[in-house]
Order: sequence, then C-alpha cells, then structure tokens
Amino acid sequence: MSFLEYAPAPESQAILNLRSEYGLFIDGEFREGHGTPFASISPATEKHIATISTADAADVDAAVAAARRAYDRTWSRMSGADRGKYLFRIARLVQERSRELAVAESLDNGKPIKESRDVDVPLVAAWFFYYAGWADKLDHAGLGANPASLGVAAQVIPWNFPLLMLAWKIAPALAAGNTVVLKPAETTSLTALLFAEIVQQADLPPGVVNIITGAGATGVALVGHDDVNAVAFTGSTPVGRAIAKSVAGTNKKVTLELGGKAANIVFDDAPIDQAIEGIVNGIFFNQGHVCCAGSRLLVQESIHGEVVDRLKARLSTLRLGDPLDKNTDIGAINSSAQLDRIRALSDIGEAEGAERWTAECTIPENGFWFAPTIFTNVSTSHRIAQEEVFGPVLSVLTFRTPAEAIAKANNTPFGLSAGIWSDKGSRILAVADKLRAGVIWANTFNRFDPASPFGGYKESGYGREGGRHGIASYLTSGTPARPAVAAAVTKPKTVTKGATK
Amino acid sequence: MTGTQIVPGERAIALLGGEANDANLRRYLHGIPGVDAVGLEQRAAGLGTRSIKTTSKAWALDRIIGLIDLTTLEGADTPGKVRSLVAKAVTPDPADPGCPRVAAVCVYGDMVGHAVQALGSAHGDPDQGKIAVAAVATAFPSGRASRSIKLEDTADAVAAGADEIDMVIDRGAFLAGRYGQVYDEIIAVKEACRRADGTSAHLKIILETGELNTYDNVRRASWLGILAGGDFIKTSTGKVAPAATLPVTLLMLEVVRDWHRLSGEKVGVKPAGGIRASKDAIKYLVTVAETVGEEWLTPHLFRFGASSLLNDVLMQRQKMTTGHYAGPDYVTID
Repeated sequence: MSFLEYAPAPESQAILNLRSEYGLFIDGEFREGHGTPFASISPATEKHIATISTADAADVDAAVAAARRAYDRTWSRMSGADRGKYLFRIARLVQERSRELAVAESLDNGKPIKESRDVDVPLVAAWFFYYAGWADKLDHAGLGANPASLGVAAQVIPWNFPLLMLAWKIAPALAAGNTVVLKPAETTSLTALLFAEIVQQADLPPGVVNIITGAGATGVALVGHDDVNAVAFTGSTPVGRAIAKSVAGTNKKVTLELGGKAANIVFDDAPIDQAIEGIVNGIFFNQGHVCCAGSRLLVQESIHGEVVDRLKARLSTLRLGDPLDKNTDIGAINSSAQLDRIRALSDIGEAEGAERWTAECTIPENGFWFAPTIFTNVSTSHRIAQEEVFGPVLSVLTFRTPAEAIAKANNTPFGLSAGIWSDKGSRILAVADKLRAGVIWANTFNRFDPASPFGGYKESGYGREGGRHGIASYLTSGTPARPAVAAAVTKPKTVTKGATK
Repeated sequence: MTGTQIVPGERAIALLGGEANDANLRRYLHGIPGVDAVGLEQRAAGLGTRSIKTTSKAWALDRIIGLIDLTTLEGADTPGKVRSLVAKAVTPDPADPGCPRVAAVCVYGDMVGHAVQALGSAHGDPDQGKIAVAAVATAFPSGRASRSIKLEDTADAVAAGADEIDMVIDRGAFLAGRYGQVYDEIIAVKEACRRADGTSAHLKIILETGELNTYDNVRRASWLGILAGGDFIKTSTGKVAPAATLPVTLLMLEVVRDWHRLSGEKVGVKPAGGIRASKDAIKYLVTVAETVGEEWLTPHLFRFGASSLLNDVLMQRQKMTTGHYAGPDYVTID
C-alpha cells in the first residue's frame, strides 16, 4: 500500500446538534422571518443542511428596534468592566464549543477542518478575549477621555470566514458599547446562528446582538435603515461601493474591508523552502477565498525557474477532498456561482496567453471543486493579474530590481496586503515602506492577530479592524449620533458624554 | 585558516568548481539560501497535525520498528547487556511472531564483536529482513581526539564486523569556520570504513545539531556531510540536548531532497535521541513521506536512533489488535 494515501480520518459530525430550520435571532430569541426561507447546503456534497429564514424590511425594522432598545436601556449604560465580563464569557463559550463550531464551519463553508479547527475558531476566541480587555480601557483608544459609543451598528459579513468575520465585527462593537444587527452571507449562515445560541448561553441582555439572515436585499435594507449609526461591511468591492453611495450624506460611520490582489514578492535571497510554504499558504489557504490572499506572485527573474519548479512539486502534495477529513489541505469552493467565476477568469487567463498548470488531483463527483492552479508567463496587463479571482489560482510575474518589484506590486486598484521574502532585514523595511497596502507580511503570509490592525488602501476599502484602531472605529470623541435617553446613575464611565447630554 | 590538505571528493569537486578547501566550501555553504526559523517550525508543526488512523497507523507502526537502530551507548555496557539488546532486536514481541525486526543494533566499537556473535544468522542487510550492526566511532560523542585515534577507532569497529559507522563531525572546527578540516576528516573516516575485500561499511555522519545551534548551521553541515560522501546524515549523539527535533529533521530532509534533485543520489537521514512515543515517530514518517517521498521509508534511507521508542510502538501495536492498552509489563525490556 501507499503510506501517503492516508486512511480516511473524518472528524465526527455527531457533536453537531443542528435544527432543521433556523429563524432570525432578534431581541434574544429566535423567530420566523417574513421573507421566503432558503436552503443552506454543504458545498462539498451539495446536501441540504438546514432551512434558513429570510428577513424582510419589517424584520430588519424589528431587529434594529431591538438593538436600539438594548442600547438605550442597558448596554450603553453598563460599565465597561461589566461589558467586558460578557465578552470574556462569550470567548470562553466559543472555546468550550470549539469543536462543534469547527465542524459546523467546515460543513457549511467547505473549508478544511484543520483550518477551521486550528485557525478560524481559535482566532474567534482570541478576538473576543482581546476586545473584552478593551471594554474598560476606552480612554486609551486614542480619542481622548470618555469616548462615546456610536449606537446601533449594522454589520454585513462575507462567506469566506463566516464566524471569524462575525467576531471581527461584533467583539469591538460590543466592547465599545454599541449594539449590533449582523447579517451573515447567504451561503454561510450556520455558525452565526450557532453563535446566537452562545449569546443566549452567555445571558447577554436581549437585543444587544441580533442576527438576521437573508440575501442581498436584506443587507440593503439593514445598511439603509434610518436608525443605524454605524455600518461595517466586509465583502466585494462592487457591493462596498454601493454601500458607500447609500450611506453618503448620512451620519453613519462606515468601515469597508473589500477586495484585494496582493503581491507576494520573493527576492533571490529569500529563505527558499519557507518562501514556497508562504506562497502556498498565501494563495491556497482557504481555497484562495481570502481577501488578502497573495494572488500575484512577484519572483525575482533569476530564481523564477527554481521557484516555479519547487512550487509545482509542493502543490502536488496537497490533498483536495472532504473538508471534514483531518488530512484535507484544500476543501470545496463555497458555491457554484463562485466556482463559475473562478473557471471563467482562469479560461480568460489561458486565452490571454498565460501558461496554465494544475496540480493533479481527483475531483469528487458532487460539490464544487477547483484544483490548485498556477499561471506563469503572466503580464501585468492580463486580467488574471488585475482582477480578484478569489479562488486557488496564482499568477506568477517576474521582476528584476526592487524598484520594479515595488512598481508592479503597487500597480493595482487594490491595496489590502502584500508579502516580502528576503533574508535581508534592511531590504524588507525599505520595500515595505514603499508598498501601498494595509498589511505587509515579511517572511510569512496570512497571519492574523487581534492586536494588529487590518484594512486596505484604495479600492480595498477604508477603516481598520483589529487592535486599537479597530475599537476606535466604533467610538467617537464627540456625542453619539443619537444619545442614550436617561442620565446615568451608576456613572458608566464610557458613556458619560452621551448620557449626560 | 588551517592549511589543511584537502582530499578531493567526487561529489564536491563539480559543485564547488574547485578543490574542497576552506575558501571554496565557505563560498558554497554560505551561498545556500537561509532558513527562516519561524517558517520552518511552522511547517514542521503543520506536518505534525496529520491524522494517521486505522490501516495507515498499523502500517506506520510496523514500519517504524523496521527502521529502528536499537541503541545502547552507556559506559556501563557489557557483553550481557548487548546480548539482551540483540535478543530484543531479533524478537521485539515474543507474543507476536509476525512482529517485524528492527533495522540494526547500535553499540560502542568494543561491543561490535559481541553484537555480531549474538546476532548469528540474523546478522545481515536490513533490506533483506536481517539486522545490521552499527558502531559509533571517532571518539564518540565529543569527537575530541586526534585524527589518527578517530581513524583507528573506525577501522577497529569495521574489522570487528560493523556494517555501519556512526561518526561525529568536529563541531569545534565547524563552528570556527574550518570547513575544510571537517570535510577532510569525513573523507578520511570514509576511507577507514573500507574493508579488506574492497567493500565499505556505511557511513552515518552525526552533526550534533544541538551544538550547531542555528538552522543555518544545520543546513550547511548537512551539505558538508553529503558533499564529503556520507551515506546518511544523522541529527545527534543522544548525549546533548536538544537531540532530534522535527524541524531539524525536516530541514535535513530538505537538503537530502535538494541533493537528490541535483545529483540523482539518495542520502539517508537518521533522527536520533529524544523520540520516545509512537505518535512522535509517526510524525517523522509523515515528514519523510511528504518531503522526500515515501520511497525513503526503507532501512537504507531512513532510521530512528532510539531505545525506548520500540516498547511504546509495541504497546500501540498490541492496542490496535486487542483494542485496549496493556501496561508496560506486557512488553519486554532489554
């Protein structure tokens, strides 16, 4: 037998206790939505997982009203230390239920269990722990003493890291004293609904966190709602642009974290084996469904051949298949629509004259799959070098000098992230200084930490999430857009300004 | 600069573009791309998360036994102790005749004769299901002796019937940058491995990675050992902490892979010291298979230098057949 054909090692689904139907989570309880329910399927098998409610305009109204009530009556008047206690409790519950959450995420999203288990869920807990610590230290958020919360935050998140994006949005918003209405992506509502159960378990006051499900129309109604004070969106640039237009002229504070086309720059003195790992992790992590993915590989011309050879050898060892198998490296593409887009852009790459290479792997019969693919002979004018593919597709370009590397790396409408590989520290600093990207990794890629701000330049959006900047996004040094009604008796420090107006 | 007279090795000349002296070796070894420690350790940790179950686990456990150099390297070693070790090597699990034998026994030079005698007809090539005798030599473990003593030590063990010689490099010379001296010594020891009939004992080169300290050093020492003609590169003596680690072994496997790509030659790797649990040993198998390929999982290309590992593997094997763990009293000690 072949040892490398590891025997199946599937993570058990027995730990999951899913309901067949999920309603909307409003004011601390689940209720049916008024829109037409839709099915959530597993992208790996196309099997039905659960039926999910759709929130219509009336449901959005109800959710925002619940958030407003909770903001006015409890959350904005609670001390930061007490808000922190709730967040710590949520963080611990996430850890306690981590296996269950990981299995649900892999089932619903298609990402390998080793990623949901080792990356997504631990980071979710880390985000809540981190911002729990901020809740009573808002004076140090950089906005002066007694910054005020904003009010009700409308949050719309994407399908690539469903639970992690939820944590990125909810944790800082709650720590700062806001209440939230969050809409997960249509194809990946499941873990947000499990999170709603955690919110109940944590005994969070009703209405502080509301989760409504549905497609684009639900998101439009939420973002456009008059009684919303802050809008946070992570997703595609076209949708982000539409949101920016819809909130223009209102008082809503907006953060947008949009697309990317990151350059991963490999100099000829790079630690080569680790650079190969970093390239693989940069673009094939989470099937390339990562806004900050290193989708443009810029290799110094003198080592181009060697890097491509090593890369192909390494890609040939990746295992594509059942996301719940603990040895799977590449899971399923999240939806058939996304698969169509990846295929279309790859075909265009070939038509434009780039050389296509695909790792040999068996594609399962059902579900949505795309084998790891690299394009060589790519020029900056090719569409696959310009547009975000959002899939396991890498474009390889070359450069001759650091100046050329910088120019090519910046030659994109995006500016979310970039990577630099070199053994020479001074070169890393000099190049990083000239790259227009929000996050720059040196000799690593796709590493996240709650203490580090994350966000983009140009069409990659504005505002920062994570770190002190992330909490500042949910605070104002002035009075909140709609102050809390009653004067605070128990002197909740963080809302003094709003409350005493 | 030592002014050492370098004996040119076949492997090195073409690659270095000149004789293997300090300057050429330095230019070559320092021109190899560096190692990023964080990235290397991350990759090793990633390989360590592979989940090896059921049939794969059963295969892995048997293969681990077949790759072990069962070792006793104590000042207190006696012929009796060596005979006991050999008996364990031949029959690891008396309750299960289907249990594979280990690859070799590894002893000090003066114990080689006793090991050969005790093995009797079981002595031979591990690729043929027999058990080889490996001897540590060259003033093991420190290597602090004159060249003539080291060569004598080696020749002695070979004459007594050793099939494999585990030599230590001169870490002092390596750290002082006298690569030519280290290279030279390996060539000379390799020569001392030659038997009267013209065949040669296999040479394993112990880098003692715990003393080299940096991954860059380990990578350079690995190249040096391969260029000088080592059949195997081995992590440690087991007398210095840290001994074998997964990142260090991964790094050495990467060098072996690159050398194979460059020359077509296959060099073996032997992590030694500190591998005690089956679970850890399986991580090494995964790392070998996913780095150089599973054809490396044979006794002439991969070994574990270990003593207590064997019994843990035997307990795991018993668990796979009976479904429950037996205590340590259900496996024999050597």
